[in-house]
Amino acid sequence: MSLYSKTAVELIGLLNKKEISSRDIVSSVFQRIEQVDTKINAFIYTDKENALKKADEIDKKRVNAEPLGLLGGVPVVLKSNLCCFTWPVSCASKILKGYNCAYTATSVEKLLREDAVPIGYANMDEFAMGSSCENSAFGVTRNPWNTDCIPGGSSGGSAAAVAADETILALGSDTGGSIRQPASLCGVVGLKPTYGRVSRFGLVAYASSLDQIGTLTKTVADNALLLKVISGHDCSDSTSIDRKVPDYPAYLNNSIKGLKIGIPKEYFVDGMDNEVEESVKKSIKTFEGQGAVPVEISLPHTDYAVACYYIIATAEASANLARFDGIRYGARSPQAENLIDLYEKTKSDGFGQEVKRRILLGTYVLSSGYYEAYYKKAQKVRTLIKNDFDTVFKKVDCILTPTSPTPAFKIGEKTNDPLKMYLSDIFTISLNLAGLPGISIPGGFTQSGLPIGMQLAGRPFEEEVILNAAYSFEKNTLFHTTKPTLS
Amino acid sequence: MSFTEKDVDYVANLSRISLSDEEKKNFTVQLEQILKYVEKLNRLNTDNIEPTAHILPVSNVFRDDVAKICPTTRFAVEQSALLVDGLFGVPRVI
Amino acid sequence: MEFEPVIGLEVHVQLKTKSKLFCSCATEFGAAPNSQVCPVCLGHPGVLPVLNKQALDYAVLCGLALNCSISKFSKFDRKNYFYPDLPKNYQVSQFDKPICGKGKITFLINGNEKTIGITRAHLEEDAGKLVHSETGAESGVDFNRTGIPLLEIVSEPDLRTPEEAYMYLHMIKNIIEYLGVSDCNMEEGSLRCDANVSIRPKGQEKFGTKVEIKNMNSFRNVQKALAYELERQEDEILGGGIIVQETRLWDADKNQTFSMRTKEEAHDYRYFPEPDLVPVKLDENYIKSLENQLPELPFDRMNRFTKEYTLTGYDAQVLTSSREIADYYEECANLTDDYKAVSNWVQSELLREINEKKISIKESKVTPSKLTDMLKLIQKGVISGKIAKIVFHEIMRSGKDAEQIVKEKGLVQISNPDELKNIVEKVIKDNKKIVDDYKGGKEKSFMFLVGQVMKATQGKANPQLVTKMLKEAIG
Ligand SMILES: [Mg+2]
Ligand SMILES: [Zn+2]
Repeated sequence: MSLYSKTAVELIGLLNKKEISSRDIVSSVFQRIEQVDTKINAFIYTDKENALKKADEIDKKRVNAEPLGLLGGVPVVLKSNLCCFTWPVSCASKILKGYNCAYTATSVEKLLREDAVPIGYANMDEFAMGSSCENSAFGVTRNPWNTDCIPGGSSGGSAAAVAADETILALGSDTGGSIRQPASLCGVVGLKPTYGRVSRFGLVAYASSLDQIGTLTKTVADNALLLKVISGHDCSDSTSIDRKVPDYPAYLNNSIKGLKIGIPKEYFVDGMDNEVEESVKKSIKTFEGQGAVPVEISLPHTDYAVACYYIIATAEASANLARFDGIRYGARSPQAENLIDLYEKTKSDGFGQEVKRRILLGTYVLSSGYYEAYYKKAQKVRTLIKNDFDTVFKKVDCILTPTSPTPAFKIGEKTNDPLKMYLSDIFTISLNLAGLPGISIPGGFTQSGLPIGMQLAGRPFEEEVILNAAYSFEKNTLFHTTKPTLS
Repeated sequence: MSFTEKDVDYVANLSRISLSDEEKKNFTVQLEQILKYVEKLNRLNTDNIEPTAHILPVSNVFRDDVAKICPTTRFAVEQSALLVDGLFGVPRVI
Repeated sequence: MEFEPVIGLEVHVQLKTKSKLFCSCATEFGAAPNSQVCPVCLGHPGVLPVLNKQALDYAVLCGLALNCSISKFSKFDRKNYFYPDLPKNYQVSQFDKPICGKGKITFLINGNEKTIGITRAHLEEDAGKLVHSETGAESGVDFNRTGIPLLEIVSEPDLRTPEEAYMYLHMIKNIIEYLGVSDCNMEEGSLRCDANVSIRPKGQEKFGTKVEIKNMNSFRNVQKALAYELERQEDEILGGGIIVQETRLWDADKNQTFSMRTKEEAHDYRYFPEPDLVPVKLDENYIKSLENQLPELPFDRMNRFTKEYTLTGYDAQVLTSSREIADYYEECANLTDDYKAVSNWVQSELLREINEKKISIKESKVTPSKLTDMLKLIQKGVISGKIAKIVFHEIMRSGKDAEQIVKEKGLVQISNPDELKNIVEKVIKDNKKIVDDYKGGKEKSFMFLVGQVMKATQGKANPQLVTKMLKEAIG
């Protein structure tokens, strides 16, 4: 088996036994990228030269028996909204053309400190706005399981790269499901941590009160390891929480006997794909087999989450994206005659349709006369949604739901119907509104061979609980071992 | 509340985005549809509910007043497409 | 019809922190363009703000000094608008929960006390500076100033005359300088002021349409701009016109305000809570600890000066107009009991000298002890007031003691009649006609004779003695 198809935990084992070198892994991954990425288009940018250089440095350290970081030589792809000094962070937008990061995100800094090897930038929906990876100035990313299908979004490139073995680990960001939904659609493990667990410093903001950086990996064990590396308090992010980071991998083998898993009745509604529903029901049985106790619960405000989200997220986005005006960095319209012209031409040329749509919506819900009716109202509903979870978490330890109401859909299927697209995040959005951690794990396949994902949500700062449950499930299933054929 | 092309013009102007006629038409229809969808929030009585701006109860995060030299100032400034004598160039104002 | 002006001022004060409000860049004035910037204050993608604790402390200190209520809970908001000096195209400011709530300040105007309400004072980040070249097609932006902490102090529309506005500004500046939290230098932009002006028929409750005036770069200009604007509004109304709500700029060269005449801008700032900053919660202990740091403030100090040193209101006002001057005065007052003389010397010679030399009172070589030592020489009759001026300037120049200067320069007053006898006689002999004039009733002529004696002794003669001897000699 080629190195690129292994997990981080496996590779670190081999590295420690000195059977392979970091250079071997990085070379193997780049060989894979060169081989399959023309089909997938998961990458926007690669930095092979520096990746190999970094791998050699790590190998040298290993030979000299110098202390090595937790991820000594393991390749990671970054979502294209994470800053890495001198890299051309683009957010998959034309508007950042020519911009090279002037600093490094805290999460990336932490990766580097643990000797991970960043290999490049993954494709995404422009500014993380989308659920299909179709809103990219760099072309659509395709689902490795069926290249006619979307990989999900917005971290579609990160998920597809992991699924296609084009990387070992990936970072993504999740504002309304942008890690979990593509993880689900690509059959990989994707975790969105509690809001405040991972520093957002260096994550190009979409909706600041909802954004969180998270992890996409082939297995739960890899996910626990990567999460441990990027978590923790950061003085540069006022909203990152000063709280001890648990040793996530150490929790994985705990028994889940007696673990109370809430099954929210509101998540099994009309319009949900049959195969998805079936596979969730089977998963409940699997958990039960390991001693977990399913408990029916109610999250009565579930139906309002999407509406609430699209008001809050777009409002914040309308301010966050105002800075892209061509003056200090990025694309600048050359034909501008005056100041207003410069703003308008730069933005109109630079932003794609979905981004414009959300900026306009966000501007509207904040504008004079509408603030109370929309923005303030949504903030209040956000409180209700959070209260739902507070109540439920007094009774259960975690919550099991489908990640996405449908498996991967066809490219182009929903591009003309934004509302329909928005509803594909219906199961993931609530967790962002409530700030809770959630993980999507492979939970089955459709008849046509598309992955189906399962979401586990936990209490704030209890990532280890959902990782433990996810690991237990993974150990007792084979979904994660099946790979897409990319001939 | 109905959402019209005039509203699109207003928010497009506020957000400094100029729109083609086709965009204007599409956005009017789509935003109206989305706004109609979010009206469902009005079914909820939220009179005595506090709005949530921050999901976690954190307050008083400060830094000490220490000036530091940024090592990447030059690199950051040079990202501009138009620098004139060390200043960021913009079309003449006033 | 008689009109009543209604004026409110918005004062922006740059707080003198070492680093910016939300990033660690230095705040020094006059650095090379865009040298004190970083990804955070340039608004690069992905950056986040972290609040400077010192700026918060300063803001609270100012609030306390302005008798404001200090909010137990405050938060930051984004104010959205596009302008090239605003890197993020929104300003982090405070909307509905400012750090300082209602307050008031009191000052003297023409000898009367006047109290003006403060609506609020809030923290926000400063914008960059636009540089306009005379010829080029481009303007340039310098972001060094971006992110420097500003305290925006909003007054109630309580001001009724341009002069009151002028005095209000002085008092604000005074108070903040006392706290030592800002340079309050209008020329360097560390204090800026916008005004809202309207007029209404006397007796009417409802406010008239207000006009905002910007671009005034001195307190005098604020006063002039207000005076101009009030007249303009009155003329407009009396001529049958109406006042349009607008922003007008003051042109100091032309001495008039003019409309900005921009394309009608919707002022829709879309304020909403800044999600990147967490709320600020202040407890009683914290507020107490800052209260304890408050110095005696100018108005209180002025009142104390009038009582303790039996000064006139005017003198006390001048002497307390800066903390340094007041400290200096008090140090002198501890060394002498001739409070009036100290007051005169400080207000005339000392302030004139340091203003001319553009130095601070602390840099002056005339220390309180040197000044009071000199005053003692006058008291003792060793030198005359006139000679003292020479001595004063010599202290100013060399920093030597008054006594030493008097000795070295031989400036001791001649109070011995024997030494003056010959001179007095010679003056009478040489000025026969003038002596006759005096005898004929021309009082002025006598002063001339005194002057001649003083001249002959290089000012050293004791004037009282000269008068006495001349009178005796002329008979
Ligand atoms: Mg302001
Ligand atoms: Zn800075």
